[in-house]
Amino acid sequence: MTEKILYRGAEAVICLTRYRGKQVVQKRRVKKSYRIKEIDSQLIASRTKEEAKLIALARTCGVSVPLIYDVDLAGGIITMEYLRGKRIKDILNTLDETERNHVCFKIGESIARLHNHDIIHGDITTSNMILLNDRIHFIDFGLGSKNSEVEAKGVDLHVLMEAFDSTHSQYPHCFKQVFAGYEKEFNGDASMVKRKIDDIVRRGRYR
Amino acid sequence: MICLGIEGTAHTIGVGIVKEVHGRCRVLSNLMKTYVPEKGGIHPREAANHHAAHIADLIQDSLAHAHLDFLSVDLVAFSQGPGLGPCLRTAATAARALAFSLEKPLMGVNHCVAHLEIGRGTIQNCSDPVLLYVSGANTQVIGFAEGKYRVFGETLDIGIGNCLDKFGRTLGMEFPCGPKIEQFAKEGRTYLQLPYSIKGMDIAFSGLLTAAQEYVRQGKRVEDICYSMQETTFAALTEVTERAMAHTEKNEVLLSGGVAANARLREMVKTMATDRGATFFVPAKDLCVDNGAMIAWLGCLMYQSGLRMTVEESIIDQRFRTDMVEVSWRD
Repeated sequence: MTEKILYRGAEAVICLTRYRGKQVVQKRRVKKSYRIKEIDSQLIASRTKEEAKLIALARTCGVSVPLIYDVDLAGGIITMEYLRGKRIKDILNTLDETERNHVCFKIGESIARLHNHDIIHGDITTSNMILLNDRIHFIDFGLGSKNSEVEAKGVDLHVLMEAFDSTHSQYPHCFKQVFAGYEKEFNGDASMVKRKIDDIVRRGRYR
Repeated sequence: MICLGIEGTAHTIGVGIVKEVHGRCRVLSNLMKTYVPEKGGIHPREAANHHAAHIADLIQDSLAHAHLDFLSVDLVAFSQGPGLGPCLRTAATAARALAFSLEKPLMGVNHCVAHLEIGRGTIQNCSDPVLLYVSGANTQVIGFAEGKYRVFGETLDIGIGNCLDKFGRTLGMEFPCGPKIEQFAKEGRTYLQLPYSIKGMDIAFSGLLTAAQEYVRQGKRVEDICYSMQETTFAALTEVTERAMAHTEKNEVLLSGGVAANARLREMVKTMATDRGATFFVPAKDLCVDNGAMIAWLGCLMYQSGLRMTVEESIIDQRFRTDMVEVSWRD
């Protein structure tokens, strides 16, 4: 069986492997030797469970996410669909203006759908979005949570705003388009979220 | 250049003298006195009175210890923030008075950044670390990115040292409680579950503190509670630090602040560093805790990069954030 490591993060390794004859992606949380076994295994199991739950929930909200095939809590492994698409991070700067605005608008709509159900992604960057069959798929809910507070939603969007600033700084209008899509789809008061984002910017917190 | 630095953000009043030698920091003296409250936590005014009572002697002793006289001082630096208002004002007033009477320039510095710079200045090969800064009030993960020292993660409520002290006080321990908790923890056998609270890159301790105090009320073994508390809080700190290292792609980690004296925390951060092929650094003990030498060294770096400070600009800032500092001495 051939395996390929796609990404090695601080918390998990993302592998391309096979599962029941299919090519799949596995997110494997790694054991940390600095912490005692009691804490390590509990954390790995609860985070794996939480992430799988959020991915499943996001799908029911109308947000494209990879299909989950299997969850192994003790092993800390989520086996999911391999999306043969392109990362938004890699293509956004190559699109023409109309297409780029369209993609950004759709990103905003999807985030609003998550927020309508109090799903906080926790790490919305253009590397965590994959374009496939004209749909934007969200991946990596590893830092996600359920939270109804405006603050959490503001922080969630602010992460993306900073990602645009650092990775796509030549297109300063991207975030405006994202927010336009967000406003259209968000059930609550989007202006409150906007105010919260301005607040966070003023506080000068960096992540 | 020889710089005298005055530290006075919280419990400790310190005077350090450093000399810059080919871009490296040589510590000539580093003396300090620590205010210990008779009971309970720190009382800002009493701490400030303590500092005022000792600062003049400390300056004299520090110079004597370095075999220098007043005239050899080229620059006076002081801790401008963050910290307790009365303490900061006492240190700042002493620094202004000294600078004026000697007719030497004055430089206010950020206390948190000083903790990082003293590591870079005094430890061989420590050039671009992620700093895990753990003290009573401060708990931050700091790294240099895009021209500034950014806070990648920090406590959302209380500092780790404060958390340990508050817990220790419920058991009747005296300040500082950390070393006593560390002793008890060595005899811990059973892990008692405690909340492990990481939110994104930030961390929270108050829920864990309440849960640990509840275990005391339930009559659980003190050794087990101390052990569980250390294991949980230190694992969370190490995890946030590792995330910051992965995010910034840095392969050095610096551990500093009063809680850096804890052997178990050192072990955890070192293990994490080794596992990711990174290098682990801890400054000498007197440069880890709040001290004047680190203030002097940062003052030196700032002055030599061309920065100047007027008396008006030397006003203290209790909420002086790490990322407010313009870092003109690094590329």
